[in-house]
Amino acid sequence: MPPALAIPAIAGLVFLVLPLFGLLWRAPWSTLPERLAEPGILAALRLSLLTATLATAVSLVLGVPLAWVLARTEFPGRRFVRALVTVPLVLPPVVGGVALLLVFGRRGLLGGWLDSTFGVSLPFTTAGVVVAEAFVAMPFLVISVEGALRGADSRYEEAAATLGAGRWTAFRRVTLPLIAPGVAAGGVLCWARALGEFGATITFAGNFPGRTQTMPLAVYLALEQDVDAAIVLSLLLLVVSVVILAALRDKWVAA
Amino acid sequence: MKRILTGVALAAALLLSGCGGDDSSTPTSAGSASGVSGNLTVLAAASLTESFNQIGKDFETANPGVKVTFSYAGSSALAQQITSGAPADVFAAASPATMKTVTDAGDANGEATVFVKNQLVIAVAKGNPKGIKGLSDLTNPSLKVALCAEQVPCGAAAKKALAAANVKVTPVTLEQDVKAALSKVKLGEVDAALVYRTDAKAAAADVEGIEFPESSGAINDYPIVALKSAPNPSAAAAFVAYVQSGPALDVLVDAGFQKP
Repeated sequence: MPPALAIPAIAGLVFLVLPLFGLLWRAPWSTLPERLAEPGILAALRLSLLTATLATAVSLVLGVPLAWVLARTEFPGRRFVRALVTVPLVLPPVVGGVALLLVFGRRGLLGGWLDSTFGVSLPFTTAGVVVAEAFVAMPFLVISVEGALRGADSRYEEAAATLGAGRWTAFRRVTLPLIAPGVAAGGVLCWARALGEFGATITFAGNFPGRTQTMPLAVYLALEQDVDAAIVLSLLLLVVSVVILAALRDKWVAA
Repeated sequence: MKRILTGVALAAALLLSGCGGDDSSTPTSAGSASGVSGNLTVLAAASLTESFNQIGKDFETANPGVKVTFSYAGSSALAQQITSGAPADVFAAASPATMKTVTDAGDANGEATVFVKNQLVIAVAKGNPKGIKGLSDLTNPSLKVALCAEQVPCGAAAKKALAAANVKVTPVTLEQDVKAALSKVKLGEVDAALVYRTDAKAAAADVEGIEFPESSGAINDYPIVALKSAPNPSAAAAFVAYVQSGPALDVLVDAGFQKP
């Protein structure tokens, strides 16, 4: 290993992992079991896992086709559209939450119509959490899938087309299996981002235990009163997400 | 390093006080100690933003040579910054409980004093379209109500007031601070929220604050204290005194606070 790579690599790893040690060092180990047994923690964890998974599913359904359009088609203003896709990445999440309210809120662009026509009101609901998380996390998926598509050899698709496959069939039978690792990596990234989402969620969906209070919201509010409780919640979220990500990685990404 | 800086600040303070001495014709308002100077950092609860900005300006006018910098945030977050060693001179909190974290940690210079009180009101959209008159109206299930989370002072006060009134409200959300609850009313996402009278007053262009008698059962005290590790202790003491003086209290009362 050349030192010019090894030294910054080690420094980078230490920088990323050190805060985790901070949490472990300050964790109230002696009271950990009873703190974990407190009511509300499991509800928040379950809600977090559920909404992050649903947000990832929404992102897959909408984001993979969007990535395909960006990577495989030519149309005027495509660069601009791609820049628009990354807007949620640069937008502070709280601003994203306000923007969502201005669209889907009771007085929003679409919210009033959704409410009067379908009786659907997103703010302060679990569905609202999913919307907020998908808004913030989908760009991660779109960007990694688009990258995978650009890296994939389009001659396979052309070969499929010469053999009579339509574009949809070629996408389904040739392109998708080809870019599966990229989709999986993007999905994992998207899920992780959705799991940690805070600003857009608390702004758009509010905070109510069992309905919209995900783990990051519970951590934030615990921090107002009891640092130890916040540390316990953070550790729990970290452990659960690392275990899930490691399991998924072995199953999908490395394959 | 810190000690050297304090020394420099003190020396500068002495020098400047010498210079300022001959300018004795300016009448000093109550509480403003003469001859303080240098930078002053004040950590204050978010609900004090508007009034402290004004008081800071007045204090600078009364004490030329002092530059006041404010950092506003939730009281609990500020208390944590202080106990983690944030360099600041004065702490003004929105609740005795958050102040207690600082005094218990031994970071305060002396006892904290309560300088104002704040009460809850029901914030509703301008014109009160839902005709809300009191706490009991909030039980109407067709109304969307926002409260602050119990962990922050405005939520604790709301819980107390609702218990005193024996009213059970099911909120749609428990917001992380009073300004967040208020903005849900401003945006029209909720019909009502329990916020401080001062916050409703500051947002008078969009919301109306409806007083309710039970709020007197949940009055919030605002304590202020100079910090032990204050880089500028003389200015810190002068500012704490100034906040409790007549002119500063007038500013606070104008903003909707009550005298202690």
